[in-house]
Amino acid sequence: MSDVSPDAFIDLAGITKRYAGVTALDGVDFTVNHGEAVCLAGENGSGKSTLIKIISGVEQATEGTIRIGGDAQPVLNPRISAAAGVMVIFQDFSLFPNLTIYENIAFSTQLTGGKRLFERGKARKVAQEALDRVGVKIDLDARVEDLPVAHKQLVAICRALASKARLIIMDEPTTALTEKEVSALLGIIRRLKEDGVAVIFVSHKLAEVLEVSEKVVVLRNGKKVAEGPASEFDTKSLTRHMTGRDVAEARPSPVIADAQTLMSVRDLSKDGSFDNINFELMSGEVLGITGLLGSGRTSLAKALFGLIAPDQGTITVDGNPVPIGDPVAASHARIGYVPEDRLTEGLFLSQSIVRNVAIGRLDEHTSSAGFLNMGGLVAEAADWLKRLKVKAPDIEAPVQSLSGGNQQRVALARWLSRTPRVLILNGPSVGVDVGSKADIHDIIRELANEGIGIIVISDDLPELLATCHRILVMREGKITDELAGGVATEEKLAHSLAS
Amino acid sequence: MSSLFSKDFWTRNETLVAGVIVLFCIIATLSDPQFLSVTTLSDLLRASIVIGILAVGAMLVLVSGGIDVSFTAIAVFAMYSASVLALAIWPDMPWPLIFAISICVGAALGAINGVFIAVFGLPTLIVTLGTLSMFRGFLLTFIGSQRISALPPEMRDFSRGVIARGTTEAGSFYSFPWALVALIAVILLTWFILHKTMLGRSIYAIGGSLESARRLGINVKGTQFFVYVYVGALAGLAGIIHGSVGRMADPFSLVGLELSVIAAVVLGGARLIGGYGTLTGTLLGVALIVIVQNSLIVVGIPTTWQSVTIGLLILIGTGVPAYRAKRAAARAG
Repeated sequence: MSDVSPDAFIDLAGITKRYAGVTALDGVDFTVNHGEAVCLAGENGSGKSTLIKIISGVEQATEGTIRIGGDAQPVLNPRISAAAGVMVIFQDFSLFPNLTIYENIAFSTQLTGGKRLFERGKARKVAQEALDRVGVKIDLDARVEDLPVAHKQLVAICRALASKARLIIMDEPTTALTEKEVSALLGIIRRLKEDGVAVIFVSHKLAEVLEVSEKVVVLRNGKKVAEGPASEFDTKSLTRHMTGRDVAEARPSPVIADAQTLMSVRDLSKDGSFDNINFELMSGEVLGITGLLGSGRTSLAKALFGLIAPDQGTITVDGNPVPIGDPVAASHARIGYVPEDRLTEGLFLSQSIVRNVAIGRLDEHTSSAGFLNMGGLVAEAADWLKRLKVKAPDIEAPVQSLSGGNQQRVALARWLSRTPRVLILNGPSVGVDVGSKADIHDIIRELANEGIGIIVISDDLPELLATCHRILVMREGKITDELAGGVATEEKLAHSLAS
Repeated sequence: MSSLFSKDFWTRNETLVAGVIVLFCIIATLSDPQFLSVTTLSDLLRASIVIGILAVGAMLVLVSGGIDVSFTAIAVFAMYSASVLALAIWPDMPWPLIFAISICVGAALGAINGVFIAVFGLPTLIVTLGTLSMFRGFLLTFIGSQRISALPPEMRDFSRGVIARGTTEAGSFYSFPWALVALIAVILLTWFILHKTMLGRSIYAIGGSLESARRLGINVKGTQFFVYVYVGALAGLAGIIHGSVGRMADPFSLVGLELSVIAAVVLGGARLIGGYGTLTGTLLGVALIVIVQNSLIVVGIPTTWQSVTIGLLILIGTGVPAYRAKRAAARAG
């Protein structure tokens, strides 16, 4: 490799990785220079996780050469990789929620120092230096569990810096952040780059990190399909490279003019969460509700399904009042709710796919004697999985073996099998790759065409624009604006959110 | 360190438990002015030694993210076998040596837990439930099931040694035995390990997030193994003190106490999910349980209500902070 530029921090050439006959990576060349930010894009299964694992030494490449700082690394393991300054920030940040900020930041430096005694003063100093480097003021003694997500991420970044990171790999860095927090993060990334620290973003939501990146590398099916300066890419071309097809995001078809009022919400209030909420949902309409984190959008979504008891107000479906604060009553009124955090709130991860769908239909398939008709139950669940194009090797496989997009489809299938009148989707495509996201949007539009009223709660503005007929904007617990989906633009929506 | 005025201070379990203890003492003193005396203090402290040492061990396990229910079986196994061994080979064996044997036997039994948990990665509750039964059955079958009241004389001498003794003005007798020093030594040693060594910080880290600890390169297996060996050693120490002070090696004693000990630790703020627990909280929890077990009668509550009271304290003491945390989380969402 004589053509390696002297600026290269890490240089991978011809990397191939095979797992028991499956080729996860096929002859990939990948270079990151000092102080450079690189976007590594690709759908689930494209090989980007494998590439990251090889760089961080967790997996060994089957073929190919790796150089870090110009030195060939015939055998790379996590320790060598970390010693060379390669730090991975996982999506869950790998922090210790019960420990203080300074201890989280300094833990690995103390560990690698080989000391047996814990040096509190030195740990605090190391942590303070790292926080100063990113230019953030947080109380060193706060416990990590008490921090908002954005600050947890900063602690993870600081920990990498404290361990003398030369290259920070960030897995899905923006998924959990609001737009404001994303721009704060980008500011920090710029500072790091000036310090000569390189960054690799591994992300589904790429538009946000493109502006601080120099280079984009796209993987598909284990091969590098595109590489170039970040300025040459936009959301659309990235999506095309990642999926190998044009994912056209159609605008929603208009609501039928004489659509009936399906759900009506009057004076719904909950002290400290939301205040005096009024809106109506037509049959066949997709209604977006958006707002920054803490605006009350999630509380409202939960209150509509009875998971949070409002202090006052009424909800009616088809003119019949639905008792508030009672999820069983809401479910009987055929309201469905797909939570934001499907991992903890929505799915039974270790149970089979078919069971996860069928759980919503247990009462329908119970005989008068109280026994379950398993055959009918399984057949119906399998039918829904097929309709929603869930890609699974086996419907008896546990849900946790599926990709994010497929998990979300399973959560949807469960509710759809109950033929809901109103479907509340909280963050329908959080943590889902671009291709699956477009599919989920298609499903939303299709369902609306069948006459279901859908409420989409999200802070993903393009998603709202792609699916919603109307968008309500919340701020400090109140609905502050209403935009017609057909004419709203992202700028207008962002402005309405922030102002 | 949280100051007296921070919000954190007032919502902590420690504060709550301390408050209940003070409240109990006030009520007890009102109904019996004799309650607030050196005699009561010496009685309660003596009753706290064994349960206190066991609780420190149980706390360590909870912090590491596990749970151990076998420590009482280890304690009684170690105590009984050390006594039997001493009587068999050298009845005049000096007590430090008998104690050392008991501690080593405890550590060895703890190591068995450690192998199953750290090396094979089995669930801690299942492993220790199994070993609880196994250690106890092994003891009763192979070592003996007779109560031994003729203990080695050195053990009796240990239990007679007191730091201070005397009679109060009211005429009641009090004494502070040397065994208290063992509890204090255990507290100091554990405090040093937990707060001043990387090993101790690793125990907290593992309890906070096992996966993160692995990714960071913490020696998870070694740390877990240490925890169970250390707890076994503490159990061996607690057991031999129990036997010496009670002047009898009873193979049927101690087992059954494990839930009270864990209750004390949980009352003191340690969480079953791991990562949380302080020595201060644990000792306060022990104090509360011991007071309830020994002095409930003073305030006019019959002793048969002991376990109801302990149960209530656990429900309130751990339920209130948990409910508050849940409310806070709901508001934040």
